Formats: sequence, structure tokens, C-alpha cells
Amino acid sequence: MIGKLAILPSKDQKFRSVMGIHFYSAVTIPIYFEAGCSENMAAVIETFELTRRFGELTAVDRLNISVDHGEIFGLLGPNGAGKTTTISMLCTILKPTSGTAKVNGFDIIKNANQVRKSIGIVFQDPSVDDRLTGRENLFLHANLYDVPTSEQKTRIDNVLKLVELEDRADDILRTYSGGMRRRLEIARGLIHYPKVLFLDEPTLGLDPQTRDHIWTYIKELKERHDISIVLTTHYMEEADRLADRVAIIDYGKIVALDTPTKLKKTLQGDVITISTKDPEKLSSVLTKKLEIQKTRIIGDKLELTAHDGAELLPKVVETADENKMKVEAVVLREPSLEDVFLHYTGRAIRAEESNERHGEAAIKRRTIRND
Amino acid sequence: MEKQQLKGEPSEMTELRGLYSLWLREVKRYLRDRIRIISGIITPILWLFIFGTGIRFAGAIGNLNYQQYLFPGIVGQTLLFTSMFIGISVIWDREFGFMKEILVAPVSKVSIFFGKMLGDSTDALIQGTIVLLLGTLLGILKDPIVFLQLLPIMVLMTFGFVSLGLTIASFIQNLESYGIIVSFVNMPLFFLSGALFPVNGANVPNWLQTISAFNPLTYGVDALRQITLGQEWYPVFSFYYDILIVLFFDIAMIIIGTLALNRRK
Repeated sequence: MIGKLAILPSKDQKFRSVMGIHFYSAVTIPIYFEAGCSENMAAVIETFELTRRFGELTAVDRLNISVDHGEIFGLLGPNGAGKTTTISMLCTILKPTSGTAKVNGFDIIKNANQVRKSIGIVFQDPSVDDRLTGRENLFLHANLYDVPTSEQKTRIDNVLKLVELEDRADDILRTYSGGMRRRLEIARGLIHYPKVLFLDEPTLGLDPQTRDHIWTYIKELKERHDISIVLTTHYMEEADRLADRVAIIDYGKIVALDTPTKLKKTLQGDVITISTKDPEKLSSVLTKKLEIQKTRIIGDKLELTAHDGAELLPKVVETADENKMKVEAVVLREPSLEDVFLHYTGRAIRAEESNERHGEAAIKRRTIRND
Repeated sequence: MEKQQLKGEPSEMTELRGLYSLWLREVKRYLRDRIRIISGIITPILWLFIFGTGIRFAGAIGNLNYQQYLFPGIVGQTLLFTSMFIGISVIWDREFGFMKEILVAPVSKVSIFFGKMLGDSTDALIQGTIVLLLGTLLGILKDPIVFLQLLPIMVLMTFGFVSLGLTIASFIQNLESYGIIVSFVNMPLFFLSGALFPVNGANVPNWLQTISAFNPLTYGVDALRQITLGQEWYPVFSFYYDILIVLFFDIAMIIIGTLALNRRK
């Protein structure tokens, strides 16, 4: 299931994508692939030196990734890292400056229309018509995507059920909450049975409960349907919980790509956080006596990375005691994707705050309009 | 089924269904907007009943009843103002994201433009028809055949103005600027069209006549007036010349509008 990162497209992969055209065009959805097939599974997305510049700024820099069939692929990075730009190019909204990509075997430049038909998109910002009802929005979409008229009603009922909006389907969208709109957009992205679903920050600006709900839908989607999902996020937890593989993107480049588990393992250790009055002094004391991979000071906290945190922890407290230093609190945890991100980029994802505000602003704008 | 869809170029049916659904959306949005419909009724009443009555008794134009004269002008004005105003929907769609849903859909740019243009034109024509009904109620429009003859000309006038509105809206980033620019465009077009006074009147200065010849509304209003007033009216241009110019304006604006709406950055 878990494929390898293609740093450069090999001959082998090109062959597989040729197979892909044949393979996908013959499939009617939803279909389930037999086990054992996955070894030879073609990539649903392959990018070849995909680049986009905006004037001086290189938003996406010679990107080479491949997304396997049936996986949830996470693009993780701070605001402005190039996630949305990448997705926009793959969705054929934005033309690459150079390089290209194949989505479901179709070239994003030469066969834009076929690409569009085979993908579903949930944009970062709302893109529904709030003067129409939920159901009307879905019918509009079904017509735009050439869903046979005879099937439209059934499919729409099904997706509404999937996102639990049957009861509100005939209400004007203005009366929906932010989370309901988001769910409707996910439902909309599924009506035409896309082979790849793009989710650009699917839970941005939503409350924790709704976020949890949407995560459950996304997981269920992948399990129940034959669909591959590309997800961008700057929420570590989201990437960790949903993605089969995560690509960490920074300044338009992939800095790491693997399963969340393996990424965390690359850090080779657990993280111990100690609250104390003088973290600098404690740091120098501890590193002299104990075997510690890495130390970092954040405010009045000292962060240690060590192979076996559980074993080290009592020694840390002991050593501090011997040196008459008071340890106020200690936390031991396994490394998170946040640590991985920090490790590869040298900084924390700080965009979270500004991005959050951006999401709120989008909702606020709608509210103003509604009044 | 799926196989054909993925392999083939978009079929004509797809395009027509996409176009139809975009048309339906515009019309639904309009019919749900009660304020727009109410203002569409009140504004022409003010012009016809108050302005029209005032000027009629203050000083007549030749032997004509001024309300009779003014009526086609107000039909033209309604079509122009509503058509141009509806262009704002492009900015709404862009601002609130719906434009992305349309632009990423597998329908051609021509269908997108026509869906929107025909939808907005339908809205403007409903407003125009309301004015015709008011005219009938006020006793200005008496002949039902005249009523029906006016409609095709109104359709032709609307296409061009809606396309002009969509074109302008494609280049304007925010709602406030659009409102200002549209009134800058609307007012001179309205005043220089012969809607309120005859541009071919005996004492009307030459410069004014010359400018009005470059105004598409002049031709539309002239054509409408030739139908409502018949022999009582001395036309500015021949009827077919009027229609030809309006048609030419439509085609030009539809081409420009399609290109403008679908600019890809």
C-alpha cells in the first residue's frame, strides 16, 4: 500500500503510468481492487519537475512526487509553503511555469478537461452558493460534471447521507454552520465519483468537534470507496491521523516524505520537556553527565531528545537533584510530527495562528453578506 | 459509461446541461431576491408616473404626450441599469469562492459565459417585462401586439448590456469600485440615448447628436420607440439600421465578455 518516493521519475514509473491510462479508463467506480494488486499499482499522480513562480517568488520548486492508488497523501507545511499552489496546478486552475504532472494518467496541461472530470476538489475557502439550498448546490455540480440525469437523485441522496445532511438538504445554505458547509463541500466533491479527491485544508477554522467528525468521514471514505486522497494541512495532528504518507513541504520543496511513523522514527528518540528556573544551567549539567542526543531551550523549558526517554527520565531528575536544581515538571512523550517538522525545517509551524484568523475572516465575510 | 466520459472530448449534451444549470442558478438567485424585484417595480413607476407627468404638463414635445414618448426610454433604461447591475454577481462569485467551482468544472469557457449571460439576461428581461406591464396598467401601452413586438428587441438590447456588465466586472476587484464605475457608465449612456429627450430634435446641438450616435442604447431606444409610437414618431435611424447596430454590439460584447470572464492568471 505504501509506495516509495520518486525523487526522479524512473523508466519503471513511466511504464506504470502508461499502464495507468489503460487501467483507469477501463474502470467503473466504485470498484474494489483485489489484494495483491497493490504491488503493481500505478501512481494516480506523478509530478515531473513541477514548478510555479510568481514573479521573483518560486512557490513550487521542481517538485517530483508520486501518489499511489488508494492512499491518503498528506502535504504538510506552513502557510505559504506551496501546498495550495501545488494543488491548484494539479487541479488545472493554475498553469505551471515549467514541468508538468499526470493525474489519473492525464497530463494537466494537455488534457485539462479529462483531469477535471476525474478529480474532486474541496477548496480551502468556501466555494458553495449560499443563496441556493444544499440539494440545489449538489444538482448544479452534478450537471456541471456530466452525471447522468437518471442517477443524479440517487447519488445526491447517498452523499447527503454520507455527510449526515439529509435533514438540512432543502434549507438555503445561509442557514448552515461553517462545519455543515464544509461537509456539504466534501459531499459535492464526491458526486461525480472522482478517482482522486483533493482536500485543501479541509478543517481550517473549524471547531475541534467538527474537525473530528470530518476526519472520521475522510477515513471512512478511503476505506469504503476506491478513491485516492491528497490532503494539504498545517495541522500536525490531521496529517498524523489521516495520511498514509506525509510530504513535508517548505519553500516549495519537499524536505521529507514517508509514513508518519517512519518520519517520527528518523528523530531517533523521545522528547523530555522539563520546566525549571534556569534551563541553560540545567542543560549544561545534564549534557555533561548523561547521554543526550539534542537539547533545546524554549522559554523556561528545556527539551531533551534521547534514545530511551523512559530510562533517562529518573536519571535526569536525580542529576538535577544532585546539583540542587529544582525540577518543577517533567513531560515525556514520543516525537510528534511537529518535532519532525522542526527537525527538517529548523522552525516550528508558526503560520497556524495567522491561518486560523484567515479562516475566521472567511466565515465572517459570509456572515456580513448574509445580514 | 465512465470509460467514454473519460476518453471522449466533452459532449454537446454536457455543455448544454452545464449551461442550463448555470442559467437556472442565476434565475433562482434573482427570484429569491425580493428587494431587487420590488425596486424593479418602484423605480420605473417613479420615472413614468412622477417624472413623466411633471414634464408632460410643464412642456410637451411637439404633439406627443410626454409619457408616451418617455415610455420606451424607461424600458431601455431599466434594461441597461439592471443588466449592468447584475454584472456585480461576477464579483460576488469571485469574492465568495463560487467562481472557483465553476472555473474548475469540465465545461467550456463559452458555456460558462453563456450560462451566466443568459441567466443574467433573463433577470433583466423579467424587470423589463415588469415595466411593460406597468405601462399597460398606466394606460401608456394599449396594444397587446405592440407588447409582443417589443420583446425581441428587448432581448437583443439585454444581451449586449449584460455582456458589457460582465466584462467590466471581470476587471474590477471589489464591489465598491464596481458600483462607482457602473454609474459612471450608466448615466452618460442613459442621458445621451434619447430616452428622456429626442436627440434628433430641431434645436439639439450637433455635438450631442454626434456623441449619441456612438451609444448603443440610442439605437435600442429608437427601435423600441418606432414600435410604440409608429407614425407619430420621426425616427433617428431606420428600424433595420437600429437592429443591425444593436446586433453588432451584442456580438462584439459577447466575444469580449467570454475572453474577459475566463482570463486565467
